[in-house]
Order: sequence, then C-alpha cells, then structure tokens
Amino acid sequence: MKRMTEGVTEGASPVAPPLPAASPPGGVTASPGRVAGGPGPGGAAPGRKSRRGRAGWAPWIYLAPALVVIGGLLVYPVYQLGLISFLEYTQAQVSGGEPTTFQGFGNYATLFGDEQFWQVLLATVVFAAACVVATLAVGCALAVLLTRVRALPRLALMLAALGAWATPAITGSTVWLFLFDPDFGPVNRMLGLGDHSWTYGRYSAFALVLLEVVWCSFPFVMVTVYAGIRAVPGEVLEAAALDGASQWRIWRSVLAPMLRPILVVVTIQSVIWDFKVFTQIYVMTNGGGIAGQNLVLNVYAYQKAFASSQYSLGSAIGVVMLLILLAVTLVYLRLLRRQGEEL
Amino acid sequence: MKFPVRLPAGFPARRSARTAAPVAALVVAALTATACAPQTSDNAGGADDKSGTLRVWLFQEVSNGPKEKVVESTVDAFEKAHEGTQVEVEYIPVETRAQRIKAAFNDPKSAPDLMEYGNTDTAGYVNDGGLADVTEEFTDWNEAKDTDPTAKQSVTVDGKIYGAPYFVGVRALYYRTDVFKELDLEVPRTQSELISTAKEIRQAKPELYGLAVGGAFTYGAMPFVWSNGGEIAEGKAGSYAATIDSAAAQKGIEAYTSLFGDDNCPAAKCASMGGNDTITAFASGKAGMAIGGDFNHQAVEAGSVKGKYAVVPLPGLKAGEIAPAFAGGNNIGVLKSTSHRTLAVDLMKQLASKKTQGELFDAMGFLPTYSDVRADVAKKEPFVAPFVETLGAGTKFVPASPAWAEIDASLVLPTMFQEIVSGKKNVATASKDAATKMNAAFSSAG
Repeated sequence: MKRMTEGVTEGASPVAPPLPAASPPGGVTASPGRVAGGPGPGGAAPGRKSRRGRAGWAPWIYLAPALVVIGGLLVYPVYQLGLISFLEYTQAQVSGGEPTTFQGFGNYATLFGDEQFWQVLLATVVFAAACVVATLAVGCALAVLLTRVRALPRLALMLAALGAWATPAITGSTVWLFLFDPDFGPVNRMLGLGDHSWTYGRYSAFALVLLEVVWCSFPFVMVTVYAGIRAVPGEVLEAAALDGASQWRIWRSVLAPMLRPILVVVTIQSVIWDFKVFTQIYVMTNGGGIAGQNLVLNVYAYQKAFASSQYSLGSAIGVVMLLILLAVTLVYLRLLRRQGEEL
Repeated sequence: MKFPVRLPAGFPARRSARTAAPVAALVVAALTATACAPQTSDNAGGADDKSGTLRVWLFQEVSNGPKEKVVESTVDAFEKAHEGTQVEVEYIPVETRAQRIKAAFNDPKSAPDLMEYGNTDTAGYVNDGGLADVTEEFTDWNEAKDTDPTAKQSVTVDGKIYGAPYFVGVRALYYRTDVFKELDLEVPRTQSELISTAKEIRQAKPELYGLAVGGAFTYGAMPFVWSNGGEIAEGKAGSYAATIDSAAAQKGIEAYTSLFGDDNCPAAKCASMGGNDTITAFASGKAGMAIGGDFNHQAVEAGSVKGKYAVVPLPGLKAGEIAPAFAGGNNIGVLKSTSHRTLAVDLMKQLASKKTQGELFDAMGFLPTYSDVRADVAKKEPFVAPFVETLGAGTKFVPASPAWAEIDASLVLPTMFQEIVSGKKNVATASKDAATKMNAAFSSAG
C-alpha cells in the first residue's frame, strides 16, 4: 500500500508539493514523503503545526481518491477475512449445501490447538528472519560495491540485478529448481554430487528456497541503498577516510546511521515480503515439501483454505498473519522513534 | 511558513468540506452496502423445462479427439429425439477441474446441467449440495442392472444415488519383459516375491528402479494395505472411524515402505513421487516394474519401452491371489441447480449407456462400468485382460464420507507414507497420527 499512497501523493503535487502534511496522518504510511527526500534536504519540520491547523479539510480531499481505493481494495477484503474467520464456512456453506453458522473463536481454537500450526509458525519466523538478514547483507554489500567499481562493471551488475528483479517468481523458482535438479541440474554435475536431491532434506530444501528468495529480492535493497549512498555528501566520506576509518567502519559509523530511514523501510518491506513468501515454497518444494516439512504460514493457509476448502480456517490463519505483521511493523517503528528518529 | 499548502486561487475552504462529506458518505455507503455476510449461493434449482439448452462439462483427456467423436454422435441422437433442445458440450481441463466445479456450485447461473466428475469426489460434492439425487431414475433404468457393484457404490452416498458411472479404472503391475528375460526372472506371484524381485532387478541393474514407487502415490500403496487385510476406515451410513493404524494395515504399510531405499527406489528421489512420476519413470525405461492403470496404456506406449513390457494383476499375499485394487473412474451427474432436470437425467443415461461406453472403450480404452460390456471388450482387446481380472477379483473404494475430499486434499495418506519413508516417524506412530487426523475430519464432517 505504501507504493499506492506514494503515487497518489505525487499525482497531487502540481497543487501541493509532497510534504509531510500532504501524506496521510498516522506513523505507518507517513514515511514515503520523508524517505524519498533522503537524509539530505531536510527542514520540513518547522511549518508542520500551523499548516495542519489551517488546512482543515484540504488534505482529506487530496487523500480521498487514495482512501476510496484503499477502502475498496484493502479495508473491505480485510473485513471479510475477519468475518469469515468467525464462521463455519467451507465449500458446503458457499454452495448452499449447509447453513453458515457463527463459530465465535472456534476456528482460532482449532488453529491454536493444532500442533502443526505452531511448527509452521516457528519455521516461518526463522525462515523469514534468515531471508531478511541474507537479503539485507547481500543487497547492502553490493550497493557499496556499486559505488566502488567503474562504470562498465557497475552497469553489468545493475543489469544482472534488474534481470533477477524482473523475473517472475514462478520462472525464477523453476529455473533454480532445474539448476539443482538431481538428474539434469548443472550444479550437481559441477560439484560432482551425483544424484544428490536438494529438496529431500528439510534444511537443504529451505536453504535452496532461501537462495532463490535472496536472489529475487536483493536488487530492491541494492538499488534503494545505492541511491541513498549517492545522496550522502562526498565530503563526509572523505573526512571519514582521512581519519583513517576502514571500509567497514565507514559503513557502520557513517553510512548506516545516515541511511537509517532507508534501511528501516527496506527492512520492513523485506520482513513483510519474506514472511509472506508463497510462490517459491509452493513451486520449489511442491506445495510444502515431503510430509509438509517445508510449509510456511502462507502456503499452509492456502492448503487449508483452497486445497481443502476450509475457507474459514484459512481466513483465521490470514488474520493471525496480518496481526503478526502489524505488530512487527509497529514495534519496529516504535523502537526507532524512541531512538530519536523521526518517521 | 516556508512551505504553504498552495491551494488554487479562489478555492474556498467551505467547498472542500462540501466535497469531502459526500466522498466520505460514498465510502461508508459502499462499505455498508456490501458488508453483509459472505455469500451463499442457492443451488435449489426447481424449474424443469422440457426444451432449451443443456450445458454439459466433460473432462479434457490427453488426446481428446476420439472422445469428442463418441460424445458428438450421442448428443446428435439426443437432439434429434428431443425437439427444440440444444446441447452444449464443454471440455474442461482436468488439472483445474476442482476450481471450475467449485465455481459452478458457487454460481448456479453459469453452472452446467450435467458434468463428469472423479468418483472419489462424489460424497464431497453431495455434501456441498451440488449434485441432484437421481435414485429413482437410476433404479428404474433398465441398463443400470448390469452396473458392477463397486461402480454403483461410487455414485452412492447414504443409500442414495447421485449420478451414473461413466468408466472405471484400475491399476495392475507393468513389468519389463526384456529385463526379466535378461536376468532370468519369474513374474512375481506373491507380494514377498514382488518385493524380492524388485530388489534383484535393482541389484543387477543399479540404473533402474526395481519397482517404481512413490511416497505420494496413495492408490499404488493402498493395495498393499488391503491385501494384508487393512482398511483406510470402517463404518456405516456416514459415520466412519479410521483403521489405518490397525495391525493388519500397519503390516501393509510396512511392506510398501520397505520398497523405499537404495536397494529398490531411493527415498531421496521416490519419497516425493506421485503416480504419474512412477509411470513416467517406467515409460522412459528407468524402472523394471511399476504399478499403473489401464488409463496409463497410451503414456507407456508412447515411451521408450513400447513392445518391451507386459501387464499382470498385482499379486496378493498368497500365490494366486490378486491384491485388491482401488476402483478409480469417473461418473456423470446432474447438478442440483439444473432447470432441465428431466432432460438432463435423460442425457446422462445416454452418455453413460452401454452403447456409448462400448464406443468410448474403442475410442479411448476406458473400461466400461457394466460387467457384461466389460467382458465383451476384454475378448476384443487382450491388453485389458489383467485389468478386467483385477476388477473381477474385487476392488476397494475410498470411504463414502464428505470428509474424504478434505482428507484427500490435505494429503493425510501421502504425508504418512512420506514420514515413514524419510525416517521421520516409524510405521506405528505415523499411522496413528494419520488416523487421528482422519478421525478429526470424519467427526467435523459428521
């Protein structure tokens, strides 16, 4: 949704420049305007109070188109999701074979009583965390690399990254699966592993999927962080270098703090993406791996909701995921705010 | 005041309030108008028009041409016999049939009057309220008296009949005649011979699977359970209890899972295989034996083993016994939402008649559901003899419970086999867990 808000705000810019006041109130969605400017041209803060008092309805008018779209495409489906999660709603109810009945928290009780749910939840959290860390590490490292190399290798790296980014998840997953295929895959042939199956073991299957997820999501991190680094004034880096700081030290003490707003957005974005990963797991482990060993929450919800037509149970899983992601985002923003970052 | 909000000149604040209010009202109205409970469609049907357009959904087979011809001639005859009636036949892809059929139940307006469906789905569709009860018409139907009992069971739920059997499919043992000759092997006559033969083939030819098996190949595994006296579940009239963890069933599971390993079919590869994968392996010459259906004939013929294989019934425990096979196949049913009930039932009888099924066998090789027609075709086409023999020896069917669709879709049995094969659980624990899951599904479907 961030993207959409941003677009609408930009669309309104001939009338009102994209300023904090023109972006929606409330911490979560307010960030883009600030971030787009980067840490460089600040100075938006002074006028805030008086503007809000005077403008009155004006911001709401600009926001109305976005709110209508969000209302229709986000709020209403979420409302339905929540509603269905309190009902007994399977294929029989949809096609009128049995009456729809209110279950209260029955679906949630079933879900929380299911041992598999907790296993899947744990696997999802650990897997998503590993993906986020790996994606950020690779993305940031390559972004720094981009600023260090000459034009031609930079162009090559950019093109390679954009190629990976542009590849649809299904295509990417299928190609990776083929690369690691026990019978025909070039990786086994090069490493001399014979017909070793990468998807048989639980951890090796997760590792394979992790590689694919990192491969298709590091470009976003790389491009965003690279843009941020370019906006950092050269003198600052020069001064750090003159002080004898190592590369790592410059990153840790100069770049990272200056890029913090960007890193925050990139991290939250990655957390949300990687927590919701579906295609890669579904395609590469054939719907959740041997005996369901590679299930993550999203695939688990799909198996419950659509494969076995238990729409209400699937909705309950969806609601739980939504709450977890909201909590993660809010806690993270809160922490940053306490550290004195304005968002 | 460095960054004033630049409103266009003459844009009065009052007006903004005036436009904002209707916008907000519109949003609220849009939300409340649609904010009722999730939809439930009405499949009651009701009308019984004696003319008009009948819509039929049949499955799109791999090479569908011959099937279309048979259906076309049946439909032409039907249209001639019923003045003012048109029949529209649509062939739906098998892979996405579940979504299509769900959608048809959800939106009766775009649903067909008649459809083909997999026989394991009968109870689920009946519970969904999608299929019409045709007990009376079926009982009065002259030809139906020759329908074999298993096929009839596959359209029956709680004593009522919901369609006509269209064709049946069973699996038997495909084996490589050239490999058997080269290694001087006898065709296995018992289950233990089958297992030892498989391992001999693998030992002599490590590039082959002895008997291609799959952890997700439920209907290839079940004959081992059934021949040992086990059952998936037992029960009557809708209330089932899982018996997959009984001592007899466990013996069968043990026998099947003993085939996974480096001495026959390595678990790392075979644990994830399904029925089609094992047939693909056999057809491409990578397996000495495989459990395949009469419906796999074309795929094997198209492979590199053409002319180098033969089929026998899957052996049971003792010599001369045949392991009970799963009676697969498809049915044709009338949808409850149809507005042409009489016509639809009539067309169902025509499409599933003895004559049409005989023609369908000639065209596609699908085994007829009538005992007498089947006996006739077996004489014409020796290839089907082992399959007809298997059918004659008695077949088994999945529990006729609406819960079966859920158990099937949530992969309870494949998960059980895969847990054992990959060494995560032993037979006793895995089968007990599977039984628990099944019982939960049976009781919730009540």
